[in-house]
Amino acid sequence: MPQPITSINDFVVKFANVNGSGSASANQLFAKSILRMGIPVAPRNIFPSNIQGLPTWYEVRVSEAGHIGRRGGVDLMVAMNPQTWAQDVASIDAGGYLFYDSTKPMPPSRFRDDIQVIGMPLTEICNAAYSDARQRQLFKNIIYVGALSALIDLDPAAVETLIGEQFKGKDKLIQPNIQALHMGRDYALAHLGHPVGLKLRRADAVGNRIFIEGNNAAALGAVYGGATIAAWYPITPSTGLAEAFARHCRRFRTDPATGKARYAIIQGEDELASIGIVVGAAWNGARAFTTTSGPGISLMQEFLGLAYFAEIPAVLFDVQRGGPSTGMPTRTQQADILSCAYASHGDTKHVLLLPRDPHECFEMGAQAFDLADRLQTPIFVMLDLDIGMNESLCAPLAWDDARRLDRGKVMTAEELEAGKDFGRYLDVDGDGIPYRTYPGTHPERGSFFTRGTSKDRYAKYSEDGEVYVDNMKRLLAKFDTAKKLVPAPERRDAAQPTREGVIYFGSTAAAMDEALADLEERGVHLDTLRLRAFPFADEVLRFIAGHERVFVVEQNRDAQMRALIVNEVGVDPAKLVPILHFDGTPITARFIAGEISAQVRPRNVAPLREVAR
Amino acid sequence: MSFLPKPKLHHPHLPTNALGLTRRDYEGAISTLCAGCGHDSISAAIIQACFELDLPPHRIAKLSGIGCSSKTPTYFLGSSHGFNSVHGRMPSVLTGANLANRELIYLGVSGDGDSASIGLGQFAHIIRRGVNMVYIVENNGVYGLTKGQFSATADKGAKSKKGAVNGDGAIDLIGLALQLGATYVARSFSGDKAQLVPLIKGAIRHHGAAFLDVISPCVAFNNHEGSTKGFDYVRAHNEAVNRLDVMTHHEPIEADYAPGTVEIVTQHDGSVLRLRKLAAHYDPSDRLQAMSYIQQRQAAGEVVTGLLYVDPEAADLHDGLNTVDAPFNRLTDAELVPGAAALAKFNASLR
Repeated sequence: MPQPITSINDFVVKFANVNGSGSASANQLFAKSILRMGIPVAPRNIFPSNIQGLPTWYEVRVSEAGHIGRRGGVDLMVAMNPQTWAQDVASIDAGGYLFYDSTKPMPPSRFRDDIQVIGMPLTEICNAAYSDARQRQLFKNIIYVGALSALIDLDPAAVETLIGEQFKGKDKLIQPNIQALHMGRDYALAHLGHPVGLKLRRADAVGNRIFIEGNNAAALGAVYGGATIAAWYPITPSTGLAEAFARHCRRFRTDPATGKARYAIIQGEDELASIGIVVGAAWNGARAFTTTSGPGISLMQEFLGLAYFAEIPAVLFDVQRGGPSTGMPTRTQQADILSCAYASHGDTKHVLLLPRDPHECFEMGAQAFDLADRLQTPIFVMLDLDIGMNESLCAPLAWDDARRLDRGKVMTAEELEAGKDFGRYLDVDGDGIPYRTYPGTHPERGSFFTRGTSKDRYAKYSEDGEVYVDNMKRLLAKFDTAKKLVPAPERRDAAQPTREGVIYFGSTAAAMDEALADLEERGVHLDTLRLRAFPFADEVLRFIAGHERVFVVEQNRDAQMRALIVNEVGVDPAKLVPILHFDGTPITARFIAGEISAQVRPRNVAPLREVAR
Repeated sequence: MSFLPKPKLHHPHLPTNALGLTRRDYEGAISTLCAGCGHDSISAAIIQACFELDLPPHRIAKLSGIGCSSKTPTYFLGSSHGFNSVHGRMPSVLTGANLANRELIYLGVSGDGDSASIGLGQFAHIIRRGVNMVYIVENNGVYGLTKGQFSATADKGAKSKKGAVNGDGAIDLIGLALQLGATYVARSFSGDKAQLVPLIKGAIRHHGAAFLDVISPCVAFNNHEGSTKGFDYVRAHNEAVNRLDVMTHHEPIEADYAPGTVEIVTQHDGSVLRLRKLAAHYDPSDRLQAMSYIQQRQAAGEVVTGLLYVDPEAADLHDGLNTVDAPFNRLTDAELVPGAAALAKFNASLR
């Protein structure tokens, strides 16, 4: 029998529930209450493509040290779903804890002898207290939160405060919930003793950080970035972004004098129409975006080629999920990297922004519109389900009131009137970016015909090979300009000089932070480079050139970012070692640390005996 | 097609409109379509309509998809911005453009392949959204640029130039437009300019989704014996329900018609549609009657033309969304960006 795990403010609690049973709000209450105790938490919802009945999990990483990625493993399992009992019990770390509903006796063969088992007759307690079936189901969730509060020292006052906030406006629900909470807590205090070695202790480790989903933050970024038009088609996991944009617009974009809307949101008939609306609006000088996921990106391919070639400033939020095809609609991946970077037919390349958390979702969400107008090309903001749909702790969203929206190179009626030479595809500044005009600007000058077919510098139709090549080369020059405008990668050097590095991006960042701390403890030192955008800054080449071996950590099967680096940066592929996680769950710190240390040990880490010498 | 450049010199005594522009100021580049193509007549009708309405050309945006018809915006309104977009997807691009700036006039030009085949979905949805626009389908029942395949508006039993007989039923865009809620619906024939020009003028002055189905024979691939979209066939079966005059200068309405033969419709913007009835009991304000009448005549092999339906008080997409009066593309930073103080409040709500 292993030692029971003991830990203060550093563990993983996982809830196994049935979808649609009302567990989500109880579990969220649990996580947020811990946050109110000043202890960082990172909850993750792992849910099925289903409305009611299938298994769903809610995993809460508690970490006073601030590790908000997924750690891996489970210290305390709250097993409320008979369907997944066996796998839930199996997933508990040795020495960990199982909390379950003991109303119905279970044979000993259904348990493990290397874990601590805490049974509580939840159904029996509920059936005695409530007669209504729905009440029995809903309050059972609150009762187990109450029991947990006793078992791991979750402050009941924090939970009560949150219940008050959650049911504000539906005040008559507050007392029954508080009663259920105490029913569970009192039972646990009276009957369960002190079986759990995992404890919460008030701390001051949250600071001024906020708790928000990436979709919500990105949507607000679009508002701050000046977007007026959103066209979208419902698809998990991006739907929340469009819905959040609607909420933010109602609040921030309603003309106070007239009550009229300074925005338009169109639920398109499909993704083709959605991107078409964005292209039309952006062509006409308004800031517009669509939000989608992998299958939607596939449908938008033809329009993306047009937008690239006709130089239309579209913004796309791609909240990635598991593909291909319908794939795993409710699971996370970073698997649209190549399909976005090279979206469409012909020679195309697109700018990708790679936010690590909701804070950057907001920042890049706003910046995407400036970049789109400046570069006159589609900009992809690459979220994923993990960042988009889970609430996570991040730095407060920031805005500088001195900042102005950058509309890019737009020739005005005054400039046209003054006789300034206008060639829609004429590179006057040497940066590959031409001037454009909005339709309707000047009675005689500045109009042009936008087309997907080849044209000369003055937008005149041409099938001349030289003219085509001239234009395609300018587009490359423009892409080179993008390198200097997109967010730079973030480099962090190890405590000791090392010949090995690691490249990562997006939602992997949180787990990477914990993995690096863990690896460093084990004596594995790695310099890191977090990519924040494509095209890659020259820093990426320098980083790879400066190391013997570089791990590229990503959440897809085919090492797509590694492929993009090999293709675009021109490095020896043998130097880039893929570390790949693609089972649809968010990558864990333990996975990264395990995979890297398995490869590094023979080289980078001195064997123990040598150290002793 | 002609390959000579158009001379820039105009006849010194060309008539001018209220803006001092001549008809030639509304022209575009020289057409590259086949000589005699019906589409060129439609381009000429658009030019005439815009000239007669005294429209500043730069306040019109012309959008199209892909195909012969979608090439035509290059051949009219050379001072307007144009967008030759993606096959079948002009409606979404036009919708976005319209949302971005509600002040321009939007002219969508499409074909039967573009709107009834690949683009049927987008056609349906732009109509049901009530986008304020003129949507013209230059309908010839055939794919011209790819050399003569049937399109989805080709009638069942129609014969291709190579002799193949079309076995599929035809999609009737007029019937769809009526069912989907278009608020100005007309059909015309490229060979009848006198009918077509006023129909385009009325559509431009209409506030809402205006749809025009213009039968436009393809002289290269669909103008032979056995075709139902050729000049001879359409001339022989054209059944106009009314003749339209559009009056925008408040000319006195002549009263020399027999009672009941003229209908006056005043549109949202004050323009007056004067309809001379040709079919005695046809009422263009009755959508259901229009649908049934057109289907009955169609079943009898007739091509019903004229202003088939109009709702002079229609609302458009902007009305439905309750958007501000100013075009979105002119809103300022102050109107768009909520600022740091609002963000601080938002942050505070997330702790």
